[in-house]
Amino acid sequence: MRIAEKFKQLKAKKEGALIAYICAGDPTPEATKEYVTALVRGGADIIELGMPFSDPVADGPTIQAGIQRALDGGMTPDIYFRTISSLKLHIPLIVMTYYNLIFKRGLDKFVKDCAASGISGIIVPDLPPEESDDLLQICRKNEVDLIFLVAPTTTESRMKRILAEGTGFIYLVARLGVTGARADVAVSTGELIKRVNTPTPKAVGFGISTGYQAAEIIRAGADGVIVGSAFVNIIESRKNVPQRLEALARELKEGAARG
Amino acid sequence: MRQELTSTKFGKYGGQFVPEILMPALVELTEYYEKYKDDAVFNEELDHYLKDFAGRPSPLYFARNLSREYGVKIYLKREDLIHGGAHKLNNTLGQGLLAKYMGKKRIIAETGAGQHGTACAMAGATFGIPTEVYMGAKDTVRQRMNVYRMELMGTKVIPVKSGSQTLKDAINEAMRDWVANVETTHYMIGSVVGPHPFPTMVRDFQSVIGKEVRLQIMEKEGRFPDSIVACTGGGSNAMGIFHPFVEEDVDLFAVEAGGSDMKTTDKEALHSATLCKGEDGILHGMRTKVLQNKYGQILESSSIAAGLDYAGVGPELAYLADIGRLKPCYSMDSEALDAFHDLCRLEGIIPALESSHAVAYVKKAAASGELGDIVVINISGRGDKDLETVMGMRK
Repeated sequence: MRIAEKFKQLKAKKEGALIAYICAGDPTPEATKEYVTALVRGGADIIELGMPFSDPVADGPTIQAGIQRALDGGMTPDIYFRTISSLKLHIPLIVMTYYNLIFKRGLDKFVKDCAASGISGIIVPDLPPEESDDLLQICRKNEVDLIFLVAPTTTESRMKRILAEGTGFIYLVARLGVTGARADVAVSTGELIKRVNTPTPKAVGFGISTGYQAAEIIRAGADGVIVGSAFVNIIESRKNVPQRLEALARELKEGAARG
Repeated sequence: MRQELTSTKFGKYGGQFVPEILMPALVELTEYYEKYKDDAVFNEELDHYLKDFAGRPSPLYFARNLSREYGVKIYLKREDLIHGGAHKLNNTLGQGLLAKYMGKKRIIAETGAGQHGTACAMAGATFGIPTEVYMGAKDTVRQRMNVYRMELMGTKVIPVKSGSQTLKDAINEAMRDWVANVETTHYMIGSVVGPHPFPTMVRDFQSVIGKEVRLQIMEKEGRFPDSIVACTGGGSNAMGIFHPFVEEDVDLFAVEAGGSDMKTTDKEALHSATLCKGEDGILHGMRTKVLQNKYGQILESSSIAAGLDYAGVGPELAYLADIGRLKPCYSMDSEALDAFHDLCRLEGIIPALESSHAVAYVKKAAASGELGDIVVINISGRGDKDLETVMGMRK
């Protein structure tokens, strides 16, 4: 399913989207399938599956540890695409990975593998628009969305360019820093949501972990929330993981729907 | 062939592969650097620090005994005599001064051997800017004296326990810090690596080495050398001495760390010879040669010299290697150790293990004649920091 279609459906229902991130292969490919199912049962609207890279500079300690567990568990891009193909989801699926894995596989092959395994969007945190022309063209040809990030530090001129090129949704980085669950909602988040003036849906990530925060962010004008570290924390605990993933997804989705 | 500052790339290498959060900071840094790099007041101030604080110019020394032993006329560029014991201060004084002009309130840095960290600590103290240095936990152990030196000068050293606990992981952690504190903090990258403008800017600050060599060798020999040999990890001492000679008829040799073995597995390289064995990839904000596996996962590199122990290399070096302007080569751990002892014994100079790789290559290559008659070796640092490592290697 295309991302735009999902947001259209949710808009009709007046619901904010829950985009749930976990790292594929954390701690095993089999577990990932089970966890994704749990997230979907809890109400996740879009699944963002990390493809683990050895040097994840945009990620904080929680997700770094998840990535390390996945790499230790033997996850590779080949296994990643096989795992995805077997998921058979009825909601959009996004791959989040660093540029070197895409570059090494070959841009064309990577995007075709995405399209063939049912992935509808790609997020590359270390690929700003300045370096993304090649990947963007290939994505367009294969009808895969390339999702760009904007940050509180993004200047107006850069914002224009990003909004013109991004498809699927715009990923708003809620605060300066790396990924990681936090208790509050930064003031700058509301300001950023207002600054991002586009018909493309806006989803906010970095630091969201509760239904309350999710509701606040949707109320501030976002179309979705992206939650990662809070789910990865649950996986790290190894206790009742599927049940707790489902419960947290439900809490967040209720927040997003209510907001 | 000369690269304009406004271009972010060297051929296909370089660029700015960083999170969006950092892009405005890179734009800001580029603007400030372009503004001040030819500014008379800035350069006068920098020259003052280079001369009276760092002790420049460093001598170009004719190594008579080593020349006789190796069979080629050898000059040593004595960066080991610079304050702090390495060439690293050239760059940190430049960036420190720039950070001051930019009004940054805090400096962060990564360090491998601790030489760059020490140089940051010196610059931080001189310019009165609080400084924090990320260092692989493994490196804090093998270079504990440098940790203490940094602490003495008021710098906070943060051990990095993720990944291989070496330079690569220290860079990752410093980048994460920068992402969180980009508005107040200057990230003082220690080599010709990272996103634009760092490879260009660090090269320019280090080019003082090569500029001095041009004058000094003309004075002593009335001509340029046939070849220049420098050890290469990230490549800042190499680019520093090479850059002013790129347009001249002088052969350039970038000597990488061959480690214990030139073998590479799926997880690690037993060497750090990125130009020799790496493949194109993206690491730490730049496209360059990278030691990686077939999927693009970055390998853990290895070397007896912490300052060479890096899975990437400066993008300009990758470019110069591709177009055949420099020759990538390597020396093994054991060869570097031999050369270390040669220089100690024959010249009374204790070189850094990093620089010993360059000496070792001259020892190997002199006989073949590929170096010509006159060679300049960049002795990028002194070896006091390595004494425990060397003592440990003696059975």
